[in-house]
Amino acid sequence: MDPRLTIIDKRLKNIKKVIAVSGGKGGIGKSSVASVLALSLSKMEYKVGLLDTDFCGPSTHILLGIKDLYPEEEKGVIPPEPYGIKFMSIIYYAGDKPSPLRGIDVSNALIELLAVTLWGELDFLIIDMPPGIGDAILDVIRLIKKTEFLVVTTQSKVALETVKKVLRMLKELEIQILGVIENMKTRDSSYVREEIETMGIPFLGEIYYDPDFEDSLGDTEKLLKTEFAQSIKKIILNTEGFRE
Amino acid sequence: MHEWALAEAVISTALEASKEKKAREIRELRITMGELQQIDIEIFEFALNEIIKSHDILKKTKIKIEIENAFFRCNVCGHEWKFTKDKLSFEESESIHFIPEIVHTYLRCPQCSSPDFEVIKGRGVWLDSIEVR
Ligand SMILES: Nc1ncnc2c1ncn2[C@@H]1O[C@H](COP(=O)(O)OP(=O)(O)OP(=O)(O)O)[C@@H](O)[C@H]1O
Ligand SMILES: [Mg+2]
Ligand SMILES: [Zn+2]
Repeated sequence: MDPRLTIIDKRLKNIKKVIAVSGGKGGIGKSSVASVLALSLSKMEYKVGLLDTDFCGPSTHILLGIKDLYPEEEKGVIPPEPYGIKFMSIIYYAGDKPSPLRGIDVSNALIELLAVTLWGELDFLIIDMPPGIGDAILDVIRLIKKTEFLVVTTQSKVALETVKKVLRMLKELEIQILGVIENMKTRDSSYVREEIETMGIPFLGEIYYDPDFEDSLGDTEKLLKTEFAQSIKKIILNTEGFRE
Repeated sequence: MHEWALAEAVISTALEASKEKKAREIRELRITMGELQQIDIEIFEFALNEIIKSHDILKKTKIKIEIENAFFRCNVCGHEWKFTKDKLSFEESESIHFIPEIVHTYLRCPQCSSPDFEVIKGRGVWLDSIEVR
């Protein structure tokens, strides 16, 4: 018997809302949304955790400029709190070295982290997910029963088709979907909104392509001033699921 | 000290299983400790004994811990070898202690240098059996 599985629920017991930021496609802004969302919620005085589950390509620490931190150990692993965000990532253990992991290893590493991390009380735990519609999503669904999915897409038909598959799967499995965010928008069009709403899924809002975003990476003060962050803030304020 | 978290996990699994079996008493727990995770057995046993105290059903439980050596098999060339800490720095070893899969970050197949190998035995903490009454 794997003793780690029964303890996970207990470790997450005092977290009010778990939000997995997903999207199927790569490079569409999942990590950006997850990081800025965590940062914005923390600025709004919520107790926030951020878990980077992209073990092969962790990015949230780069976005938020987190380095030289290491968790404390006391009857478990206590995440450090840069900018008031309880932050957990494989970078504490792998540094900037590559971690070439197969699916089973990725699952095992996630189970290990969930079993030993002591989050304490949180209003929100934000999970940054790797690209793909396989292992990672299935593991999060299996291991964290109360997860709600926040799905990121772009305007591109190529991204949207995959996102729709993710949404269909989540619906079939009766997993809660907080809603969909349209990112990197370059031209006005209600195409994505209509497609999402036709599926009966909440469309939470849009984030335009922000030329200043790249230069703000790693600097939270700058990040919060970007149009990207303004859009996230608007989405937080307008979304039922973010209000307690 | 994250041994404590793993000890808690073992006990909570045992308690859940005993509930399912409607047991009055847990007589014995058999635990395997995979060498790769490099658990400090003393701390782990201490934690187990502390946690047990607050559960009547565990008052008379015998705990048997067996250590299992860790072995790897390369997915590329098929080579099998036993884990040793020799080539690891203290930090690397600590990291593997927290997440055994991190071994793929720091070790390579001694025959073909590939990071693509499987941990075939001795990964971490495992609850082998629970004897109840
Ligand atoms: N609205 C935006 N405006 C400008 N740049 C953006 C925007 N959203 C994301 N980016 C940039 O796009 C790139 C990819 O973003 P990000 O890493 O968040 O995507 P991802 O979906 O997490 O990727 P992966 O699938 O690899 O995890 C980053 O360089 C990021 O800075
Ligand atoms: Mg990402
Ligand atoms: Zn080999």
